[in-house]
Amino acid sequence: MTKGKVIGVNGNMISVRVDGEVALNEVGYVALGDKKLKSEVIRIQGDRAEMQVFEMTGGIGINEEVEFSGELLAVSVGPGLLGKVYDGLQNPLPELAERLGFFLDRGVYLEALESEQKWKFTPKVAVGDSVRQGDTVGTVPEGIFDHRVMVPFNFLGEYTVDWVADEGEYTVHEKVATVTDAKGGKHDLTMVFEWPVKRPIKVYSERLRPEEQMVTKVRLIDTFIPVALGGTYCIPGPFGAGKTVLQQITSRNAEVDIVIVAACGERAGEVVETLREFPELTDPRTGRTLMERTVIICNTSSMPVAAREASVYTAVTIAEYYRQMGLNVLLLADSTSRWAQAMREMSGRLEEIPGEEAFPAYLESVIAAFYERAGRVRLHDGNIGSVTIGGTVSPAGGNFEEPVTQATLKVVGAFHGLSRERSDARKYPAIDPLDSWSKYEGSVDYDATEYARDIVFRGNEVDQMMKVVGEEGTSLEDYVLYLKGEFVDSVYMQQNAFDEIDRSVSVERQRHIFAILMKILVTKFSVESKEEARHYFNELRQKFLDYNGTEWMSDDFKSLENELEQQISERASGADEHGEKLLKSLTTEHSNA
Amino acid sequence: MRKVYSKIQAISGNVITVTASGVRYGELAVVSSRHGESLAEVIRLSEEQVALQVFTGGRGISTGDEVRFLGHPMQISFSDNLLGRIFDGSGRPRDNGPALEENMIEIGGPSVNPSKRIIPRNMIRTNIPMIDLFNTLVESQKLPIFSVSGEPYNQLLARIAMQAEVDMIILGGIGLKYDDYLFFRDALEEGGAMSRTIFFVHTASDPIVESLLVPDVSLAVAERFALKGKKVLVLLTDMTNFADSMKEIAITMEQVPSNRGYPGDLYSQLAARYEKAVDFEGAGSITTLAATTMPGDDVTHPVPDNTGYITEGQYYLRGGRIEPFGSLSRLKQLVNDKTRPDHRALMDGMIKLYAAYKESLEKKSMGFRMADWDNKLLKYGEMFEEQMMDLSVNITLEEALERGWEILADCFEASETGLRTELLKQYWPRQEETA
Repeated sequence: MTKGKVIGVNGNMISVRVDGEVALNEVGYVALGDKKLKSEVIRIQGDRAEMQVFEMTGGIGINEEVEFSGELLAVSVGPGLLGKVYDGLQNPLPELAERLGFFLDRGVYLEALESEQKWKFTPKVAVGDSVRQGDTVGTVPEGIFDHRVMVPFNFLGEYTVDWVADEGEYTVHEKVATVTDAKGGKHDLTMVFEWPVKRPIKVYSERLRPEEQMVTKVRLIDTFIPVALGGTYCIPGPFGAGKTVLQQITSRNAEVDIVIVAACGERAGEVVETLREFPELTDPRTGRTLMERTVIICNTSSMPVAAREASVYTAVTIAEYYRQMGLNVLLLADSTSRWAQAMREMSGRLEEIPGEEAFPAYLESVIAAFYERAGRVRLHDGNIGSVTIGGTVSPAGGNFEEPVTQATLKVVGAFHGLSRERSDARKYPAIDPLDSWSKYEGSVDYDATEYARDIVFRGNEVDQMMKVVGEEGTSLEDYVLYLKGEFVDSVYMQQNAFDEIDRSVSVERQRHIFAILMKILVTKFSVESKEEARHYFNELRQKFLDYNGTEWMSDDFKSLENELEQQISERASGADEHGEKLLKSLTTEHSNA
Repeated sequence: MRKVYSKIQAISGNVITVTASGVRYGELAVVSSRHGESLAEVIRLSEEQVALQVFTGGRGISTGDEVRFLGHPMQISFSDNLLGRIFDGSGRPRDNGPALEENMIEIGGPSVNPSKRIIPRNMIRTNIPMIDLFNTLVESQKLPIFSVSGEPYNQLLARIAMQAEVDMIILGGIGLKYDDYLFFRDALEEGGAMSRTIFFVHTASDPIVESLLVPDVSLAVAERFALKGKKVLVLLTDMTNFADSMKEIAITMEQVPSNRGYPGDLYSQLAARYEKAVDFEGAGSITTLAATTMPGDDVTHPVPDNTGYITEGQYYLRGGRIEPFGSLSRLKQLVNDKTRPDHRALMDGMIKLYAAYKESLEKKSMGFRMADWDNKLLKYGEMFEEQMMDLSVNITLEEALERGWEILADCFEASETGLRTELLKQYWPRQEETA
């Protein structure tokens, strides 16, 4: 193996003189007393390699030994990932705590998967079968899934199965099959293998368009700015606007098989909530705890910055691995700005020519490459799996014009912009309904949602105008428009995350109540004065909010719906023609469905 | 015996470069010059070239001065003897007391394993209604006090230091005006809180490099006390000075600046300090309050902006009062349901009415006619500002809740408050009205 000697230290970057071959992104270990600190090669010039150290560098001296591993930075994939809490380099944090106590000491690396645990293996191939990368050799049950034990993704070409283990219990490191390559070389397969984090897993027959919706059970998102399975979206917002809360809600409610939470450079306190609460919460879809479908990658703000840069790649690699099993995986990255800042720090130490706000010039392409790892794919066996990526962005000063937000907006399929005004007004989720957009198809007909959005938009204009000319100077018609806009916002776009029922709304229910909302929007009401109109809409709103709080299709739900319908028809006098057509197509779609 | 080097090759600002071997990153050295000795820390190694940051600054250092490496990184003595004492950023006494050299500990240690953290659960009482009642401070929380220069943030910190329900206080002064330092010292002595306080003070006239050490030294000592079971409150003032010192050093080191001259790792550097706030299960805790002045009252300035992303809420100090709008203790929900049943409702109700008062005030200033309701609100707003918001108000949470009800009853009918009937029945001071 190649060795080297330290010739420079600058922050978390060291310069090393190497005595042999060395690869970009290769992992090396710097000796420091009896400890070895993990590092990664980030630049090579002649026999001089620049490495980022994934630990604090205090105490490293000149001429210290460096050992290179010959491997790229990789994660171990295999059964037992689900429910785990890792740091950015796939060190299991609870196990580290058992060994080290309160603090994360340097240079301690533990095995990512439990080596003692036995898994019940069922073979899926027979001796003589021909297999290739990604093919299933057998399965083991992991939680509610059949975890596929696959031919490692770096096995190129055709292989023949020489031997396969009988059904039975094995640990991850026990041999479960032997395969022979075209030249007659034999390879043993276990349940676990390594995959370099910075290389996308592309073992599938084709990439598909993200056409199916990913349900988040947040009305504003699902109806107006939907996300697709295999799609990408970003959530930029100033501090305190509720980015992390929104991510937490999504991680609980999203209708996907597996959620990977990448807490990247954020507060440890927020991860703690997930850590302590998920094992207690039940996943309504499976009846098991939420933790059983979750992997947490946690590299909080005070942990070493180079590992932060690695953490999003660790997360996306695990997501891609589960996609190979035909599962729908959601990756939530909070926050991609901290990841970009980690890149900026390294770029500064490398003395690269800075781009805008000192971010490296390759910022955009790196962000694009990361989001492009999302996608819905058809696997070799015909199954379909997906990785959806949702990343928060923390723009400096809450200003969306900064480089990270702009680079992200170029590549994502949906934009959920959070606004300080909405969060200050306690309107949650604080996503700005007018600025945000999505290129994906949602649960409700697009034309109808645009109709509703248009009313919010025009209502908002009336509101702005009223601030100047006062209520007196506004026509009754405009005033009703304003009330309708406010109504959509308060009963549909806002959602109470603390209410048992309202916190997660099924698509079925969204369609149903959206039709009722539409009815209110298209109806022309006979009101005599603004006072009367306001009073009427206040009553409607109260009723609708109560209705939102009732259980789907319960007696209360139905009776409140009746009362609502009655209240509408009492004052109805005609309707907007275009809107009525949209409403009709909505309701016929319903009865057909 | 460690070697002494007597050839300094470059001196630039506070950074000197010497040729030396066997030096480790982060190691300390003593630079002896005609003006005395100073500590220096290794901040860059490149082959034999060692760059050091001199704590007392580069002024007056000559190329012929001696540099002696100590073979260990920055350390501070840790024992109960620290209590009641005053030190500078390098840990030297400022109070004519003896220098402490036993039980040296390293500063800037590793971060806490997130899986060992627990969800915060205890309130810290300060007897300031705007904190206790409206934005409760929670054990292990980290909160900045955003204010403009000239606001009485140091007075506020001193009061919190005297009254907060904690075992001990560590006060880290960064770029503190000398008068402010004397004020803190005298205030705590008079208030009798000195014996549970440790000062690490860097004043505005001290060398800039030392200011960078203050948060690390304060937090390293706090961490040790917390591990011994103490509830520690760390008060830092002012973190904007800390960030500005970092900026100065970064520019001297020819680092590429990112935003308004601040180094690209400003967020990580601030976070590493703030994230030291923690509640050790089975031991003590660290809670951090940090004054952060906003240049030009601009919250989007890099320092308050990055701080806001790191901390768990913020207190805005404006016009000598803690503003109810914008101020937020993000952890208050975890504790204010366990104090008194009316706490949350009264908190929300009073703030909503205060917001309505602001609207009425605006209407009044624009010359609109005042309705009956407006006049009630105006009366309420004045009482609220005088009896709750004023920083001189010094009452317990329970007294503050009682006073809140009194103010409401003085200004409104019970039904006008928007509070739930059952609460009104239990707490409304004039029960004959609710009947």
